[in-house]
Amino acid sequence: MGRRSAPEVNAGSMADIAFLLLIFFLVTTTIETDSGINRKLPPMEEIIDPPIIKERNIFTVVVNKNNQILVEEKLMNIQELRSEAVAFLDNGGGLAEEACDYCQGSRDRSSSDNPDKAIISLKNDRETDYKVYISVQNELVAAYNQLRNREFLRLYPSENMDYVQADKKYTDPRTDKKVKEKLKEKLSVIKLMYPMKLSEAEPNKTS
Amino acid sequence: MSKFKKKGSGELPKISTASLPDIVFMLLFFFMVATVLRDNTLMIQNTLPAADQIQKLDKKDRVMYIYAGKPSSRYMDKYGTQARIQLNDKFASVSEVGAFVLAERASKRQELQNVLTTALKVDGETNMGLISDIKQELRKVNALKINYTTRVGEYTQNID
Repeated sequence: MGRRSAPEVNAGSMADIAFLLLIFFLVTTTIETDSGINRKLPPMEEIIDPPIIKERNIFTVVVNKNNQILVEEKLMNIQELRSEAVAFLDNGGGLAEEACDYCQGSRDRSSSDNPDKAIISLKNDRETDYKVYISVQNELVAAYNQLRNREFLRLYPSENMDYVQADKKYTDPRTDKKVKEKLKEKLSVIKLMYPMKLSEAEPNKTS
Repeated sequence: MSKFKKKGSGELPKISTASLPDIVFMLLFFFMVATVLRDNTLMIQNTLPAADQIQKLDKKDRVMYIYAGKPSSRYMDKYGTQARIQLNDKFASVSEVGAFVLAERASKRQELQNVLTTALKVDGETNMGLISDIKQELRKVNALKINYTTRVGEYTQNID
């Protein structure tokens, strides 16, 4: 007659179950995000007639199969590569309409005319080590970043950060949209001043 | 006198563990949300080179991964010591890269198909020849945005 109340379920093992799940997720978790050097490959189409580029506007970097670095046909230590690349990009040796008013280089006539014309050509051998290649890439990107940082700080001192920080803030999904718009404008101005022209030749077969 | 007499012996009262499941569940939910399950089992050695001029690779749904390196010691007697490409969970040859990229691209949402990045996770000891071959394959299928995934660190760590 009298309704029996349902017996209480023992919740003592709940903690055990939860712990089991917790440990599983603890073990499988990888919180860190990957990072690396972004690059864009050239499209496959053959360029029918390649533009003529003056020799002085090309900065050739060759990494041979013994992982030695040759810059403009001279053997060089990787430690010097960054400053050498900066000197080349920032040279600003052009005259008249090719002059570069913000460059602080030596204005050597035998080096690049202006940063817009300056091209870094990177060539590697099939037997070059990947880590050496990445080091060279890293140093060349660093050269561009160094110059861009300098100009960003000069043009926009009110931002209180350099180009790399601004770029990081711009790509951060948490940044406000309005702030992004503003940053984008400034970033593209700097990118135009020092466009990253890094050309990679297809590696030659080892002879 | 008898008013202040303690009842029973002086044993400590039992601490209630009823809220323990709640605490554990809270932790559990945190880790469940923060977890990204590792989707590939690596069959190769994969010591990434170090670099410091790097950009973050956010938004995992827009990235596809290509691994390369020497087979790890477990697979060495079967696959040799030459550097190989690993796609998903198996070794692959260079010619399979294109098909892999196309398949990955087709599996993504339409609006993401044009903004995909290919992350190259390549062991530092690999020869550039293999990477150039991969890059050629990527160019053929028009997957032009790539990312050389690296560790964070000074480049000098790469050169002994």
